[in-house]
Amino acid sequence: MSFVTVMFYFFEAVAALAGLSLVFVRNVFYGALLLIVCLLSIAAIYILAFAEFVAVTQILIYAGGVLVVIIFGVMLTAKISGRPLVVKHSNLFGGILASGSLLLLLSYFILEQNFQAQQNDIVPNNPAINSIGFGLMTDFVLPFEVAGILLLIALIGAAVIASTIKSKKI
Amino acid sequence: MFPIHHFLLLAAFLFCAGLLVIIVKRNAIMVLLGIELMLNASNLNLVAFNQLHPAQLGGQMFALFVIIVAVCEAAVGLAIVLRIYQYYQTSVPDEISELRDS
Repeated sequence: MSFVTVMFYFFEAVAALAGLSLVFVRNVFYGALLLIVCLLSIAAIYILAFAEFVAVTQILIYAGGVLVVIIFGVMLTAKISGRPLVVKHSNLFGGILASGSLLLLLSYFILEQNFQAQQNDIVPNNPAINSIGFGLMTDFVLPFEVAGILLLIALIGAAVIASTIKSKKI
Repeated sequence: MFPIHHFLLLAAFLFCAGLLVIIVKRNAIMVLLGIELMLNASNLNLVAFNQLHPAQLGGQMFALFVIIVAVCEAAVGLAIVLRIYQYYQTSVPDEISELRDS
């Protein structure tokens, strides 16, 4: 068993454990930290799956952006009493039933299938980042631009929704 | 190349964990964390299947755009959660029942 294989299963185990403990944790701040652990180990799995650019994007956007915003949200919605924000659980039976049966179904059908790599597919010589750069400017230029517009809309929308200035028309 | 079953099983497990978080937790921010977990699980599927077609980059591209949409969703969702917290002084979705019948 090579070193890379050990790393792959180590990161898979870390991601699964962090995802599972996100279900049981009751403090929202600890939940955000557990989500960081899970997303970083998923980024490591991306690197082992030859998707370096997606891995770097994952680390930059999630660990650098989304989780900071979420932690800000946790701090802004906690009541100022010194106590941590504790979450109650509800719908335990229905939730476990739904997700457990979905997990059983998914793993049954995944283990039943036999996925094979196509042998006639040409493995490119240039690195994937090079092809991604060319692809974003040629084949995927329309979704790239639409994603830019979507980010702008989300930026303006989030700023307008979260702002506290009262509009006089309402 | 690692066997693709292991990627898919991890993704299925994370997806179900995210679904359980969404259903069980009684806090809007926890629900957003669960949504992020589910989106990442589906991304893992896309990247894993991209290994079967290394000449085409469709899987990785789609994963990148899913990440972008997840960022927009998190930003707007948290803004709505903050606004609701200012208005109702709570971040529990069950307590916001103004539109509920009776």
